[in-house]
Amino acid sequence: MRWLFYPGFFSSSPVHVALVIGGISALVCGVVGTFTVQRGQSYAGHALADLSVTGGSASFLASISPLWGFAGMGVLAAGTMDMIGVRNQRGRDLATGIVRGAGLGLAALFLYWDTQRSSTTGASITILFGSMFTIGNGSIPLVAAFAVPALLIIGLLFRPLLLSSVSADLAAARGVRVRLAGLACLVAIALAVSLAAMTVGAILSTALLVGPAAIALKVTSTPGSATITAAAIGVAATWLGVLLAYDSFTWPPSHDGWPVSFFIVALIFVAFLVAQPIGRRRIRQVEG
Amino acid sequence: MTPTEVTSGPVDSQILTVDGVSVRLGGRQILDEVRFSIGPGELVGLIGANGAGKTTLLRVILGLQATSGGRVLVNGTPVSAGRRGLIGYVPQKIQLDPDIPVRARDLVGLGLDGNRLGIPLPSRRRRLLVEEMIDAVDARAFANQRVGNLSGGEQQRIMIAHALISQPRLLLLDEPLANLDIRASNEVIALLARITTEQQVSVLISAHEMNPLLPVMDRVVYLAGGRAASGTTDEVIREDVLSKLYGYHIDVLNVHGRLLVIGHADDRFEILVGDESAAAPGHAGHSDSAAVQK
Repeated sequence: MRWLFYPGFFSSSPVHVALVIGGISALVCGVVGTFTVQRGQSYAGHALADLSVTGGSASFLASISPLWGFAGMGVLAAGTMDMIGVRNQRGRDLATGIVRGAGLGLAALFLYWDTQRSSTTGASITILFGSMFTIGNGSIPLVAAFAVPALLIIGLLFRPLLLSSVSADLAAARGVRVRLAGLACLVAIALAVSLAAMTVGAILSTALLVGPAAIALKVTSTPGSATITAAAIGVAATWLGVLLAYDSFTWPPSHDGWPVSFFIVALIFVAFLVAQPIGRRRIRQVEG
Repeated sequence: MTPTEVTSGPVDSQILTVDGVSVRLGGRQILDEVRFSIGPGELVGLIGANGAGKTTLLRVILGLQATSGGRVLVNGTPVSAGRRGLIGYVPQKIQLDPDIPVRARDLVGLGLDGNRLGIPLPSRRRRLLVEEMIDAVDARAFANQRVGNLSGGEQQRIMIAHALISQPRLLLLDEPLANLDIRASNEVIALLARITTEQQVSVLISAHEMNPLLPVMDRVVYLAGGRAASGTTDEVIREDVLSKLYGYHIDVLNVHGRLLVIGHADDRFEILVGDESAAAPGHAGHSDSAAVQK
């Protein structure tokens, strides 16, 4: 097993932290992502990821954990997108686009200041692409504190959200407060994106949010199994990514490791490609 | 101004009483003192051209649309959020994504508890109710398919099961026959006629085409220009009643049992109700075809 688990993997403290934080983030992303994809809110997820760059770069300036910035900005943006108003798909995309543009402008400014102040591009790399092995274990309680409300929102609103993804009218007629449920779901997406930003960086965070969920929705049939499968795929890809990144310290070209984010996102992408024919076969079986 | 008003009993024995309901939206009068009622077990057609206010009226009954006057009583009490269990609702055909992991049977179950918080626990009672409802609408063959993969007629059956599983007193259907081919349309009509007696529920069906409903409708509520006339087909689908309702001359033609409502204004005439291209002969293809949508 030496070729797979390079010596020191199980005793390394940065690896432990990466496995715990990555695992929690991937779990939350799988659960929240399933609802993001089936409600057609992937685009909002992307916008929240872009905006979390703004928050993350601001928190570097303020010398606090970037998670505060990622999540704070995400939740603020979720509220703004809801307020700007969203009666139809086009209005929703437009509102999202406007908020996103403004946020990225600020991110450009903050990242410039971060780089000026520290005279390195370290902050930019951490925010944009993540650096899991440099997260201190002091961050674990904070990560858990953001994960719990995101999971609670989806757990509590499981049925109302499912019904309103089928039809908002149908849900409203059943007494579901569709707008409120939608806002809560957007907040859960913002929290999931900020956890993913801690793990794989803000730019790649939607890959962790949307990827495992898209795979799960292709290969499963019920709401519950889709949610569990998405979480399992996300956690597996993240842990395997951490392992490969650790092993890659012995790899060329420079023998100082490849980024974890690369491995996680690449694994999810490969899994997505593998799942395509399975999904098609499953649909044919059901129809035939 | 109230055209023909026929009720089949005193107000307190009615399942639905719409009493002088008016709705103004953006300065436009969508509904103008609409009044009618539906008794127990009645199947009533809500007929009118597109844009006549049918969907708005259904939304008022559901308590989803504010009114500028009048009131709605369901089973003798005003509609409110807490009493929504009394009404089952089937919205207009919706485009469903096959990626939504909701099977036909899941959607039926959500009719029972879709508004509840928390993750559903497996329950024998719930499962039996769902099975019973799937059989009631003949949906066993496609119960395990995702709702996004169902044909138009199958989707209507599942929506009806979803609406009925909470045992409402009143079932509202918004254009359930639109975009269905003749066979699927007839199947849905037969199902509704059967279910009205089996489930002891009163039914209000909106449609811009009344001919398919003529054999099963107990009464008709005809909407035009925001105003309504109600009664039996013979009482309402008449030149004098409809001319008064529209405010200009209306002809009613009976072509081999098919009723056509034709309006005359400014030397032009137009078939207002009764021209259903979706049910045109020769069209037997898939009911979701965009080519037959109006």
